[in-house]
Parts: sequence; structure tokens; C-alpha cells
Amino acid sequence: MFKIIHAEFLAPGVKRFVLEAPRIARKQKPGQFVILRIYEEGERIPVTIENSDPERGTISIVVQAAGKTTHLLNSLNTDDQILDVVGPLGKPSEIANFGTVVVVGGGVGTAMAYPTAAALKRAGNCVISIVGARNKELVILEPEMRAVSDALMITTDDGSYADKGFVTDKLRQLIENGTRIDLVVAVGPIVMMRAIAEMTRKENIHTVVSLNPIMIDGTGMCGGCRVLIDGKSEFACVDGPEFDAHRVDFAVLVQRNSMYREAEQRSLAEFHRCKTEERARELAHAVEPVVAREGEQR
Amino acid sequence: MTTTAKKSQNPLPMKERMKVPRQLMPEQPAEVRAHNFEEVNLGYDPDLAQQEAMRCLECAKPTCTDNCPVGVDVKAFVERIVVGDFLGAAAKVRESNVLPAVTGRVCPQEDQCEGTCLLSKKVKPLGIGYLERFVADYEQRMGTHILPNVTPTGKKVAIVGSGPSGLTVAGDLIQKGHKVRVFEALHEIGGVLVYGIPEFRLPKQIVREQIEYMREMGVEFETDVVVGRTVTIDELLEEEGYDAVYIGTGAGLPQFMNIPGEHFNGVYSANEFLTRINLMKAYKFPVYDEPMLDLTGRDVAVIGGGNTALDAIRSALRLGARKAYVIYRRSDAEMPARAEEVHHARQEGIDFQMLTAPVEFVSDGKGWLTAARCVRMELGEPDASGRRRPVPIQGSEFDLPLSVAVIAIGTSANPIVQSTTPGLGTNKRGYIQASEETQRTTRKGVFAGGDIVTGSATVILAMGAGRRAAKSIHDYLTTGDW
Repeated sequence: MFKIIHAEFLAPGVKRFVLEAPRIARKQKPGQFVILRIYEEGERIPVTIENSDPERGTISIVVQAAGKTTHLLNSLNTDDQILDVVGPLGKPSEIANFGTVVVVGGGVGTAMAYPTAAALKRAGNCVISIVGARNKELVILEPEMRAVSDALMITTDDGSYADKGFVTDKLRQLIENGTRIDLVVAVGPIVMMRAIAEMTRKENIHTVVSLNPIMIDGTGMCGGCRVLIDGKSEFACVDGPEFDAHRVDFAVLVQRNSMYREAEQRSLAEFHRCKTEERARELAHAVEPVVAREGEQR
Repeated sequence: MTTTAKKSQNPLPMKERMKVPRQLMPEQPAEVRAHNFEEVNLGYDPDLAQQEAMRCLECAKPTCTDNCPVGVDVKAFVERIVVGDFLGAAAKVRESNVLPAVTGRVCPQEDQCEGTCLLSKKVKPLGIGYLERFVADYEQRMGTHILPNVTPTGKKVAIVGSGPSGLTVAGDLIQKGHKVRVFEALHEIGGVLVYGIPEFRLPKQIVREQIEYMREMGVEFETDVVVGRTVTIDELLEEEGYDAVYIGTGAGLPQFMNIPGEHFNGVYSANEFLTRINLMKAYKFPVYDEPMLDLTGRDVAVIGGGNTALDAIRSALRLGARKAYVIYRRSDAEMPARAEEVHHARQEGIDFQMLTAPVEFVSDGKGWLTAARCVRMELGEPDASGRRRPVPIQGSEFDLPLSVAVIAIGTSANPIVQSTTPGLGTNKRGYIQASEETQRTTRKGVFAGGDIVTGSATVILAMGAGRRAAKSIHDYLTTGDW
């Protein structure tokens, strides 16, 4: 059992949890993730580690509600427990003094980009960060990113905050302005990472992306997270999650991530239906005497 | 009195014993069990067990024990069954085997204890596996296993991996008075026994009971720890105060064939396919959240001829597959699977496409598997393994329509522990180097055994390594000699 010692929404549908996980807190490095399972019947899902505090023995994770498990997770609060949290998994980000590094965070990907940006900054790099979101409300970790960046650029798809447009527009501007870029690190939606890879390939700028395929164990045992790298299968959990963006077959990643779409939608619909019924019951109970039912004990 | 003490308790005269047929294992009818996940074999009752036990020829030099990787005293436990002392028989087995209810079900007895049984020269061998299972289940039903009385030594041992090998080390060492803690990467204890072997061959309740017994003996378990990531071997030794570490992390990474189309949706590794079913209970979706592709009315094939391959395809059949194929590039004679499993699979209607190998997977153009393009093979000269090498027959290509293909061609070494433990020697395939006799690695105080040393093998061989390791860890802890 892993206790939630703090939970707060960073944006609608995006929640940060500080978890008691002393072993993981001691070992976590930027770029790594955890796999968690909320309850006995739950699935195992990989989740970004935003930060850790080895002294307090805590890690913080950032979760965006997408499917049933993440919706359920986001309904948890301070003092609730998570059944299993395992990690830190994956290879840490390569941290060195590369020179000038552009760190791109798209949506909730910003939470994974943040520790890497911070470490790159500490390693002496000039860090230019680009954070993108659909709208103002979904821009997360702005002050944190600002604190570890020499320059921070923000875009929103709808222009409701900062500059209207996409992170790729900013990256293009940097390239067109002749900014010397030694490395690009991009974490976010697959379409974003693919677009960045296309752009930097032409410019011959080394680019690293953090991939998010479907996973179960996270230790290399199942092979479910295999991604096509230069036409060869590699496992995101042990060989990644970060890969050279120019060697990644993004089409295969999109295709493999769609494998359970039907089941995922069914799960989520069922979850929402239950939630609605639960809410209806609560309302009904407000006027009727509560009768405990045997079947609801567990 | 010493002469009478050695006198056989078996009422059946020697020459009569050969005339008693091997008692059949009661089993679920094939047409019924092909549609459920309940155990195939139902187990002997006491009468059947005693009938079978009386067939034992009580050899002066029994080879069954010699051929058992953990050295179970077969003759002695069978003798106790003959006289009706079933709990005594169970205790006898437990002296050398901490997981009798498991091995009684999953050991390839035909290659071990039963393989050299004297009876098998004339008739069928003694049903040693069936008898072992009987006494273990009997003891479990009675709920009266005897806890050994031990004096604590004050030494602490960390065990990495809770599969058959690690559990054996834990069970043996706790009985020597050492403190034992087992670290498991997954959320459930048991390793391959819970994620790999399906319910119909090894009910998870059986595994849980065996583990519960170990807890009662004092073994501690910690799940959700990936040693190498969550904590390193060096930290266990230096910071957490363990006096020795045993690495039993198991088979590792699934191998793929490196043929075109392996990334299509519908192509699974056997590890993933079985983990979704056994560990994550994906077949109970949506009660359980982990999804898997719906196999109802679909055609499914497994590629490979080992136990894992058969476990996967028989699971697919139980999940409603219309056609369930085994595609194996060699012939029946070379199939590494346990004889009983092949027999059961055939009874259930699994279609064996022998001397056949896929060369490519075919999709619908949108990334979903539709067929395996296969070639037929013929057997040529023997290869390095001593088995005749399969050679493709020119022009024999054909497409086998499939919705799901499961690749069960073996595994390679998982590098997580090796790459995070300086000075831990590995061989050229990446497996950990360990002495065959003592299971010692190149690092002082660190022992290893099971699949992470040998590559994929069987539950009982991993347990054999565990036994040797436990003995040598005990020697090391008591003498301090390395």
C-alpha cells in the first residue's frame, strides 16, 4: 500500500499526487516512471514521476484523466491509498553538458520534461523550454519550468494564454533565427513528438523523445511495450523510455497504442455510468433511509 | 528388530505389483475442460493413491531419487502412503521439496523420477508425480502441516525473485534458522507460477497456500521491488544488512523471431499473453480492468513447442478461439513440452501444424494481423542441440488465416540486475555466471540460480538450483568461507 500524502489538481483533469514511496524516492532519476495498480482488479499503468524527495521518502506523480484507471486515480485524495507502485523504471535521461538544449513539454508531458530540464540546467546547459497546451487552463508547471530554464516559451492551441500556436512553431522560430541547438528533448503527445522529429531531422539536430506504449510489468518480461527503432523491436521499459527520435517508427507506436481502444472506451463508459448511478444513489439516499446491501460490502 | 524395521510394509507380493495397472488420473472430460479454466487433473483419492503406491518395487538403489533435481526420497514417501500415513508422506517430501503441490503438477516426471523407474522396463512407471500431488493436497486439506522448530542464527538473506527457485531457497534457509526476505518485482508472489502457468494446470490457490505456509514459517515477502532499480544488490548487502543475496530473477525477456510484421496488433509474446490472462485476469474483463483482444470465434496460433506454447494455446481455446493451432518447426519427437500436456492438448482439439514455421505476418493494411505466412520444413542433419535441423521445403509457402499469433520461442537474459551490480560476471549470452555445484557467483556473498543462470528451463530444475544454493549459502553463513 502506498499512501497519498497530498493531492491537488494542476489543471482540469490533471492531478498531482505526492506518494509515500521511500525506496523509489531514493532512486528516482529524471526520465524514469512508475507503474501503478490502484486496486485488486485494476490494470497496471505507467505514470510519469515529476519529482522526488529522498529525505521525506516521497515521490510526486502527475496524472491526466484519459481512461478508466486515470479517471479513478484522479478521484483519489489525500490519505487514500494506492495498492501497488513500482519503480523507478526505465533508463534515466542522459544528462551531460550538451551546450544549448531545447526541452519541449506538451500537455501532461511537461511533468516528465520538467525533471529532465532541471537536471540539464544543473549540468550547465543553456536550457530553452517550450511548453504547449490546448488552452490556458491546461498549461501546467509554468513556474517550475521557468525556474529551471534560461528562457521559457508557452503556446496554447487556442491562443487563450501566451502565444497562439503549437510548440513546433516555437521550435521552428528558434531554428530559423539561427539559434544554435545541440539537443532537443521532447515529451508529449505522439503527434507532437513526431512533428518535432520531422523538423529536427532536416536540421540534423539530435532529438530525444520519451515514448509511452502500452505496458504491463515494466521490467522487460512481457514485451508488450515493444517499439520499432530503426526497424528493430526494442522494449520501451528497459531500453527506453527515451529514444533517438529520428529512429522511432511513430506510425507503429500509434497503431499499437490503439490495440485496446474498444475495451478502453467500454471500461470508461462503464466507469462513468457507475459514477452517475452512484451519484443518483447518493441523492436518493439523502431523502431515503440508507439500507446497507450485502453485495456492496466489498 | 532392525531387520523387521526394514521389512516392507507393502502387503502386495513383489511379483503381483507389476500386474497392477498404473492408476489413471481422474480428469475433466476434454470437451468440457476445453471451455473452462478449472484444473484438468482432479487428483487421486486415498484409495487410488494407495493402489498406485503399492506398485512401487522398493528398489534397493532407487534411481528415482537420483533423478530428482531436489532429491525427494520417493521410496520413503511412497511407503508411507502404502500404510496410510499420508501426513507422514507429505512431511517426508517436504524435507527436500518446499513446493510439492506445485511440482506434483508441473514437473516433467517422464524425464526425471519416472523416467528411470524400474517398472517402466516392463510396464508403465510408478505415478510418482500423481502421488506427490496427492500427499501435498491431502496435507493442505487437513491444514495440519508441521512447522519445523528452529533456532535463529541472526543471519539475514535477501532473495531476489519469488519464483520456484527463490521460494525453494527461502523455504530451505528459514528451516536453518536464517532470516529470509523475498523481493518480487510484480504485485503477486510466485513468479512464473502465477504469471506464466495457467489456472487449468496449476490453480493459483495452490500457489497461494504454499506461500502462506512459508509465511507461517517466517519468510517475509516484499512485492513491488525491482532489484536493480528500486534497490541494488550492493545496497541490500551494505546498507540493509543482508549477509547474503540469492538472485533468482527468472527467464527474462521474450524473444521474437525478427520476421516482418511482428509489431502488428494481434501478435503477442507468450509472456504478455499469459501475463494478461493469469496475473491480470484479462479474461474476466470488464470485472478486471486489464484488457486483451477478444478471442471468441477467432483463429489463434502459437509458435513454439514447449510448455509455454501449450499453456498459451490451451488458454486461447478456453477463451473461445475457433481454431487453435500449434506451429512448430520440428516434429513430435523434438517437442520439448511435457508429455501429459501434449496428450491433453490433442484431446482438447488443438491443431498441431508440425514441421512448419512462419516467415512473415500479414496484416489488413491497417496494422491488424490477418495471417501467418508459413513454410513447411523437413528434418536435415542434427544441429548443435543434437536434434535434426529443420530445413524449409522450397515452394511450400502458404497463408494460415489468424487473428492472434502468440510467439513462444524462448527468452533471453533480463539485464537489469547484471547491469546494476558491478563485478557480477555474466556469460556471453548475458546470463549470470554461477558455479553448478554451489551456485556462487563472481561476487562474494551473492548466489544465483534458475533460469537467470541456465536460460529457460523447468520449475524443478530452478528448484534444484535453489536447493544447492540454500545449502551453500548456509555453509557460507556458518563458516564465513568463500
